[in-house]
Parts: sequence; structure tokens; C-alpha cells
Amino acid sequence: MEFDALFLSRLQFAFVIAFHILFPAFTIGLAAFLAVCEGLWLRTRRTVFKRLYLHWVKIFALAFAMGVVSGVVMSYQFGTNWSVFSDKTGSVLGPLLGYEVLTAFFLEATFLGVMLFGWNKVGEKLHFAATCAVAIGTTISAFWILSANSWMQTPQGFAIDADTGNFYATDWMAVIFNPSFPSRYVHMMLAAFITTAAVIMAAGAWQVIRGRVTEPTKWQMRMAAGTLTLLMPLQIWAGHWSGEVAHHYQPAKVAALEGWCETRDVQPTVLVAWPNPEAPCGLSGIEIPGTSTFLFKPGAELHGISHFAETERPPIWMTFWSFRLMVGAGLGLLAIGLWGVFLWARDRIDKPGLFHWLAVPGGTLGFVAVITGWIVAEVGRQPYTVYGYLRTADSVAPVSAASVATSLLVFMVVYAIIFTAGVVYMARIATRGFDDDPEEPPAKARRAPGSPLGSVDDPARAPDDIVPAE
Amino acid sequence: MDLPLIWAVLIATAVMLYVLLDGMDLGVGILTGLSKCDEERNMMTATIEPVWDGNETWLVLGGGGLFAAFPLAYAVIMPAFYLPILVMLAALIFRGVAFEFRHKAVREPTRKFWNGAFFGGSLAAALSQGFVLGGFVKGIAVDGRSFAGGAFDWLSPFSILVAVSVAIGYTLLGACWLVLKTEGELYEKARRWARLALIGVALAFAAVSLAMLSVDPDVTARWGFSMTEIDFATLGPLAPIPLAGMLLTLWLFRDLSMASGPGAAPDWRPYLLAAGIFLSGYLGLAVSLFPFLVPFQFTLWDAAAHDSALGLLLVGAAVMLPIILIYTAYVYSLFWGKVKPGDGYHG
Repeated sequence: MEFDALFLSRLQFAFVIAFHILFPAFTIGLAAFLAVCEGLWLRTRRTVFKRLYLHWVKIFALAFAMGVVSGVVMSYQFGTNWSVFSDKTGSVLGPLLGYEVLTAFFLEATFLGVMLFGWNKVGEKLHFAATCAVAIGTTISAFWILSANSWMQTPQGFAIDADTGNFYATDWMAVIFNPSFPSRYVHMMLAAFITTAAVIMAAGAWQVIRGRVTEPTKWQMRMAAGTLTLLMPLQIWAGHWSGEVAHHYQPAKVAALEGWCETRDVQPTVLVAWPNPEAPCGLSGIEIPGTSTFLFKPGAELHGISHFAETERPPIWMTFWSFRLMVGAGLGLLAIGLWGVFLWARDRIDKPGLFHWLAVPGGTLGFVAVITGWIVAEVGRQPYTVYGYLRTADSVAPVSAASVATSLLVFMVVYAIIFTAGVVYMARIATRGFDDDPEEPPAKARRAPGSPLGSVDDPARAPDDIVPAE
Repeated sequence: MDLPLIWAVLIATAVMLYVLLDGMDLGVGILTGLSKCDEERNMMTATIEPVWDGNETWLVLGGGGLFAAFPLAYAVIMPAFYLPILVMLAALIFRGVAFEFRHKAVREPTRKFWNGAFFGGSLAAALSQGFVLGGFVKGIAVDGRSFAGGAFDWLSPFSILVAVSVAIGYTLLGACWLVLKTEGELYEKARRWARLALIGVALAFAAVSLAMLSVDPDVTARWGFSMTEIDFATLGPLAPIPLAGMLLTLWLFRDLSMASGPGAAPDWRPYLLAAGIFLSGYLGLAVSLFPFLVPFQFTLWDAAAHDSALGLLLVGAAVMLPIILIYTAYVYSLFWGKVKPGDGYHG
């Protein structure tokens, strides 16, 4: 492994994109949660939903700011470190990313101001519209990003210019709705909702453990448990769908993530594997034979890694183990959801127990699954940036290794600082619970006029809102 | 239809809007460094908190638009300014999160740290954008379709001059914005800051303009100057640009020097005049460089993306940009008026 500009640029891209995806994954789900809470508040007038909104919007502001600043970095990475890639693919990918800015970024960024600072400057319907605009903006943004990334995985609808060797589109619908896009977009959106639900559950569980149970605590845990239970089975289905598409278009990726060596008609499920220089493909593992018949239609030949030339193989270990971590995290999230719903049904979700101690660290599982899932997607399609057409090694910018080493170091230090601070500030709000949030706003004059807490006229406090902490 | 030309104008407009809008809030960030107390700093940030995120999105559109419409220019310019862009991004990260974090820090040292990050990030972002502009105007070494220079090619006495000018210019925009958005003691301070910044801007823009004429003989010739004579037929039609800049500078100085109170200039005028000064400088730059997108190497037609890409993008821009401008204006109008103590932060 050589520490040249190519390797360092790959490392840097992996680092800044992995850092960045944490925040969109969380804010896509949180924006939807906030829209639901505000909608429920307007509809039912139960203060519990308003309190949930005003509580989580503070965390949203922090997470969104971190998503914005790490996202600005992304829009420059292609040029600074992958300029050859940019030159070659600009006529195809550029418009997709341009549409993201035009249809999503401005919508989110502009209405975020209204959402955070407009609580008493605009009517409540308009404020709700602003929240929805932000939530819709996040899903549109994900649409274009997933479309662009999926085109790199399963390119179609393009031709290559004979003079410059650059890609250009011949059929935009084929480019945007490329074969892997629908399954991967669904998979990612579900992942975002699930990730957020797990965080909301963890925050609630911690409040229960600390004996700070209020009505919003219970409600946020119920909503999170319900979301996990409903969406996790869907997510397993979406993951399988995505795997089928990959099997068709990127068999080398599937071979690597499954740990299959030989090409067979029926493949085993490899549970774990370890390096073994003696064995074919250099790995041995524990297998359950014959299981591929449940997942793939019989009769299709299932390629193993040995089918592919050395220069066409993705890194096997990283793909293989990331996939297992992702699946494991997903199953953990399903368990949290089911267990939570069970406790809700028994009316025990606010009584501290083993569940709560497990749900707190479980709040990170969504992030684990998102990161490892993206590793499977991105490492698994190596050695290409545009699958089958443009190699990663041929995409890099003519910058010096010293420059890239400097920037990588700077990003690591800067991100370490803001990540630590951001997580501490968010955790401080999330864990302190609702006991220091006002149940009824005091005199208007004492509140900042621009703040969401300001001058909200409550109807009489709903009886469901007073729950003594146990 | 000349799609590359349309796109050059659109991206130039996006960058101009970025400069006028985010330049203003970077300027406010720089000015927080001059403030001694947190209460005043909070008033200053309250004037930009609801809008800074939208402002910064114009930078993303500038970068993303360049990638989309002129991939070759993007592919050459970004590696050429690798280090200043790195500094700019790091600076924007710090100041972006500082908007939120400075209210969340409870201990004195961390609060100071985020206040410092807000000021330092704003200043460093302004300076690094100036370095990119200075290096860009000086020209970029190219081989084939790639950048072929060194990591520090962007650094020169000229780019230092431009960097300082940009920082002073942003400070002027920020100070004029504060004149519009504040009252009382801070308002008087802002007027003083604006006057000082304006003197700096007048000197800096004059120096940059003269230095520009020495950057490249083509640039000099374009304005009708040569070693021996001045071609008034060429200079004549272009002269209104620098003259307008000078007149606006004098007008702004007069506005800022008048005693506040009845009969004084309206508070919205300084920002508008400062924006006009920037616009004249920007037009002067455009005249000097057109039609080069990578100065003296690639014209905008050389660097343009395939027509299929430009066409698709144009449809999106034609529909979305007016909508974006309308709702941006709407949000600005929503937060119109002077900020009051305690305004702003949400939680």
C-alpha cells in the first residue's frame, strides 16, 4: 500500500463522506419526525406534540448545521481531489447535482431560517409549511444524490465523446432512473428514518433510566418503537431488492460481500470467514450450505470471486465484514423495535429495565448500519468510479501527496473538534429530558421574541401532560 | 442559442449574489472580533442567523454550477487552489457550527473558543476567497486538460493584495448590514466601522485596479492602455464602470458621515451603495477576463459541458431560480426591521 496522492485522496474522500452521511441520515428522519409532531400538534392540540417539536428542533438545528458545513466540503471534493473524474463525468453528473442545489438545498436552507426563528413571526400554518418544506427538501436532496451515485454504480443512457473521452447523456430519464436507483433510494430513505427512530428511542430510554419520565418521553419512545417495527421488515425487503439488482449488474460486489469463492448454481451463506492462504481465494469460513435458493431464483449461475480477474475484484474483507456488521445492526434495530412495542402494549415502556439499558447504546446502530452499508456499496464497486468504464486510479487529480496529506490531517482535526462538541451539545439536550422545558410558557415578555419558545399561546394544559416522574 | 454564454452569465450572477449575501454575513463575523461583550455579539449574529445558511448555498451553487456547466474549468481551478480552498472550507465549518455552538457552550473557555472560531472562521474564509480570486486572475498553469502547477502557485504579492481587499470589502458589507439591522449604540458603532472600511475599500480597490493592468498585456489593452498611449475610443465605453464605482464610494461616504437622526440617509441605503461598489468592481473584472473561464487558458466555450447537460440544466434553472429568488426575498422580508435585544437565538 503506497501513500500516494491516489491512496490519500481515497482515504480523505472516505473520511469526509462517512462523516457527512451521519448528519443527513439523521436530519432526513428528524425533519420528517418534526413535521409529524407539528402536524399532530396542530391537529390534536395536545401539548405533548408541541413539546416534542420544540425539544427536538433544537437538536435538529445543531445536526443540520453540521450537515451543511460538511456538505459544502463535499461539493468541492470532486474538483480538488478527483478533477479527472469531474472533467470526464461533469456532463452527466453535474446536472444531477445542479438539480439538487436548485430543487433542494435552497429550499432547506432558506426555510430552515423560518423553522428556527419564525415561530412567532409567522402564523402556525405557515410555520408548519416551513417545517414541511425543510423535510421535503431533505428527501429531494437524497433523490438526486442517490441518482448520481447509482448512475456511477449502474451507468446507462450515455455515450462517450470520441475527442475528449468525456461522458455525455443521450437519455436523461435513463440516466436519472438508472437500474440501481429505485432500490437504493428506498433503502437509504428507510435507513434515515430508522436511524432517527433509534436515536429518539435511545434518548427516551436514557430519560427513563434517569427517572425523568414525562409525557413526551413516553410518546417519543412509542413513536420510535412503532417506526422501527414497521420499517425494519420493509428495510430487510429493500436491502434484498438492492442485493438482487447488484447481483445482476455488479456480481463481483455480491461475490465479495457474500464471501463466495467458486462459481456455483447454489451458494452457501457464509456466516464468518478468515484469511487462509492455503484455501482457494485465500479465505475459509463457516457456511450454511444451499441457502442461496431462498434468495435467488434457481437456475441462475452465481459467480464467486475466482470468476473475476484480479484487477476486477473489489477489496474482499472490507466488503464482506461491513456487510455483516450492517445486517447485524439491522437485526438489532428490529429487536429494539419489537421489544419496545411489546413493552408499550404492556404499558411498561416508561419503567426502567434491561430494554432501556440496551436501547441507549442501540441509538448508534442506525449510524453503524448506514456507514457499513455505504462501505459495501462503495468499496464493493471498486476498482471503478463509473462502474465498468472509469477506474478510480484514472480519476484522481494531479495534486501532490503532500497537499492531500495536509488536507486529510486538517479535516481529521477539524472534524474531531466539531464532532465532539456537536455530539456533546446534542446529547446534553437529548438526555436532559423535558423536565426543564416549560410546560406552560410564562409571561410573554420574558421570552425572546424570535425564539420558538416565545409567546406561544397554549390552550389549557392537557391532562395527559402531567405525569409525575417515577 | 449560445448555452455556454448563458451559463457563464448565470454562474457569474450566482457568484455575485454569494459575494453580496454571504460576504455580508462573513463581514458581520469579522466585525464580531471588534466587539468586547457577548450581548453585542449576540445582537450582531441575530441579524444574520435566519439567513446565513441560505446565503452560503449560493457558494454551493457556484461550485456545483461550475462542475455542471463547465466541468473542465472546475477540474482545473479546484486542484490549482487546493490549499486556499481547504482553508476556506475549514473556516466555513468552524464559523457555521459556531452559530449554534456559541450559544450551547456553558463554560467560559469553550464559549470564548467558539466566539473566536466565529470571528477567525469568517476572516479566514474571506481571506482565502481573496487568495483564490487573486490567483485566478493571475492565471493558472495548464497542461492538456489538467492543472500543471505547484501547490503554492496562487500565492503572490498580487493575491495578498486581493485577499486583503476582499476581507475589507466584506467588512464594509457587514458594517452596512448592521447599519440597516441595528439601533442605538451598536448602530453608531456600525456606522463608524463602515466609514473606516469604506476608506480601506477605496484604497484597496484602487490598488487592485492598477495592479490588474499589470497582470497581463491583454488586460491592459482591453482597457485601452499601452506603454505609450491611452486609446480613448476603447476606454470611453468602459469608463462608466470605474467612474460609477468612484461615485458610489463618494455617495456612501457622504451617507455615512451625516449625523444620524432626522434628515439623515435612510438606513437601507448604505448596504445598497456598498453592493453597487462591489458590482462595479465585479463588472470591471468581467471586462478584464471575458471570455476566459480559466484565465488565459480556456474560454467559456472550451470549458463548457455537453449541450445535453447545459440544456437540461437551463430548464431547471429557468424554473427554479425565480422561485428561489422569490422565497429568499420573502424570508428576508419576514425578518425585516431592526433586531431587538434577546432576538434571535432559538433555544
